[in-house]
Amino acid sequence: MNLEKVIFGFFIVLAATLNFGFFVGDIENPAHHDIYELFAALVVSLIATVLKFGDRTQIGAVHLSTSLVADLQLVAAALVWGYAAHVHPGGLTPEMTARVVSLSGGALFANVVSVIILIAETIMQRR
Amino acid sequence: MQALARHHSIFFLIMRRLRAPLILLIVLFAVAVLGLTLAPGPVVDGKPSYLSFFHAFYFISYTATTIGFGEIPYTFSDQQRLWVVISIYLSVIGWAYTLGSVFNLLADRSLRQAIAMQGFVRAVRRLREPFYLVCGYGETGRLICQALDRMGVRAVVIEVDENKIGELDLHAYAADVPALCADASNPETLKFAGLTHPSCIGVIALTNDDATNLSIAISARLLAPRLPALCRAEHVATADNMASFGTRHIINPFERFSETLALSLHAPKASQLLGWLTGVPGSEVEQRRDPPRGQWIVCGHGRFGRQMVSAMDSEAVPVTIIDLDPKPDGVHRWVQGDGTGAESLRRAGVETATGIVCGTSSDTDNLSIAVTARDLNRELFVILRQNHESNRALFDAFDADITVVPSRVIGHECIAILSTPLLVPFLDEVRARDEDWCGTQLDRLTGRLGWTVPEIRSERINLSRAPALYRRLMKGQTVTLDMLLRSPSDRARRLDCEVLFLDRDDDDHVLMPAPDATIRAGDELLLAGSRAALNDIGLIIANEHTLAYILTGEDLPGGWVWEKLARRNRPRTNPQLP
Repeated sequence: MNLEKVIFGFFIVLAATLNFGFFVGDIENPAHHDIYELFAALVVSLIATVLKFGDRTQIGAVHLSTSLVADLQLVAAALVWGYAAHVHPGGLTPEMTARVVSLSGGALFANVVSVIILIAETIMQRR
Repeated sequence: MQALARHHSIFFLIMRRLRAPLILLIVLFAVAVLGLTLAPGPVVDGKPSYLSFFHAFYFISYTATTIGFGEIPYTFSDQQRLWVVISIYLSVIGWAYTLGSVFNLLADRSLRQAIAMQGFVRAVRRLREPFYLVCGYGETGRLICQALDRMGVRAVVIEVDENKIGELDLHAYAADVPALCADASNPETLKFAGLTHPSCIGVIALTNDDATNLSIAISARLLAPRLPALCRAEHVATADNMASFGTRHIINPFERFSETLALSLHAPKASQLLGWLTGVPGSEVEQRRDPPRGQWIVCGHGRFGRQMVSAMDSEAVPVTIIDLDPKPDGVHRWVQGDGTGAESLRRAGVETATGIVCGTSSDTDNLSIAVTARDLNRELFVILRQNHESNRALFDAFDADITVVPSRVIGHECIAILSTPLLVPFLDEVRARDEDWCGTQLDRLTGRLGWTVPEIRSERINLSRAPALYRRLMKGQTVTLDMLLRSPSDRARRLDCEVLFLDRDDDDHVLMPAPDATIRAGDELLLAGSRAALNDIGLIIANEHTLAYILTGEDLPGGWVWEKLARRNRPRTNPQLP
């Protein structure tokens, strides 16, 4: 067992689960989507990205790219939320909530790909 | 040179090193922002207000980066201020650690090496002009690089000593010289330096380590078999080894000088002719006295001393050897000592000797021997070995008959080979001729061109170098050397240059061709003469108008219209076909 691998896997899976937790629920209902969960998902996703820096293998490169996609989507979601909550005259309308959640849905997909790669890598090594 | 293989991934190297500080920064930011959203703010409309993530992120961003705009959107409550104090100190630690890591990384030796390596590889890859790969930037390397620069040929330098690489920046070169601080015996390094680059036209191995030169020669032979390699070898075994796998030019400075000395002992005229041909262009050949025959003393039986002794043995000159560690061989007289004191010189018979070779590896010792020996015997012929260029002033002050500077011997030989490839076969021919022939040629050439060392240049009669002459020759016209070597301003006057060697296209060659020798297309001429005359030759063979004037005395009208008009007034002459 390798502590580095444990931490690596932990952050990747945690990014996916937090993302999923934010995503589930009625897409238009702000009450189903806690902003603290989005914040946690974004932070964990950023940490996971930094953890993937410096791996020069092919799989490492794909890992990094999926993580970058997830970051991009989550940052976009956070920006839309910030706009809706503070700039938009109507506040956090169902329409705006749907935008935030759908962006995080895209990030969820990238995170799922990341998890699949992690599993594939583990199976490939057979150790 | 661990950084060598990784030069592609400097970005990843930086990223990997910055992983820990970046994660710390993200975590500290996240904790600070989260805490700020949870801390209850001042009471507005009867209930405590909370900062949203947007405001908290905004506040922490400008606080952590020490910009500080103030408390928004309301003045903070004490709970919030408590958390902000904690956040400020947390973020200061985070930034300090991150910046420290970044500066540490930038100062890192292996990273700087990797960056320098990447810049070097890029500079070499972008070279589109022909260049030489010079390994070793010592005294000889510098001479070669300066000569290449004057000739307008690029050079790429590999040198193991960092200080010498720094020196390279101080010398003013017309063209940029990419340089790498690395061990040239590593084939990977040679590849990065452009050994397999299509524009590389030769490898010059001049390091002061024979083993390194040998491995460069092998790498060049295997990785780039078509490239000529010039290699310095100071041990006979190394030279033999290099020759065994076909190294093009092997230069042993001591052997080269001892050959010259042997030649001047038995054939002074031939030696003078060679000296006149191979000296530094523009310098006056010293009308020095030739080494006399008689009793000789050799101080120091090292690499140089051994070569000198064998040169004298082959000329049957009696030799006394002074060395700290005598190895009596029954042929020479040996004297134990270091030669710097009068006592050992006297024992070697300095009063009756005709010449002395000061050939130890220490410049101070050599000068000391020379001065002492001159004091004991005014008429002594002194050959002095100078090991370091920095001692030049001392050696100039002492008026030795011959001063041997190994780095200069190699340098001149390399430059001659590089600038005029035809010179080597020509000199071999000259060495094979007898003393009378050399004397005649020396008188003839110096009578025509003076005692100043001429410029030597080779010209090939082909479409790119000599389009005008080439076209005429292909039309079947006959042109002799005498017709060609005329002044472009007055064709009755001969140019101050001579053709030394004529290399025919079909492997035939003529040494010192007669004036009525005909030139054929594809010939290569080796010319000696003043710089102005050689430039004139270049103009004559390339420019149609100049060539026409030289051959016929007519000034061709320039331009197509004038040529048509002039041709109408002239009876047609049929070109002579062979």
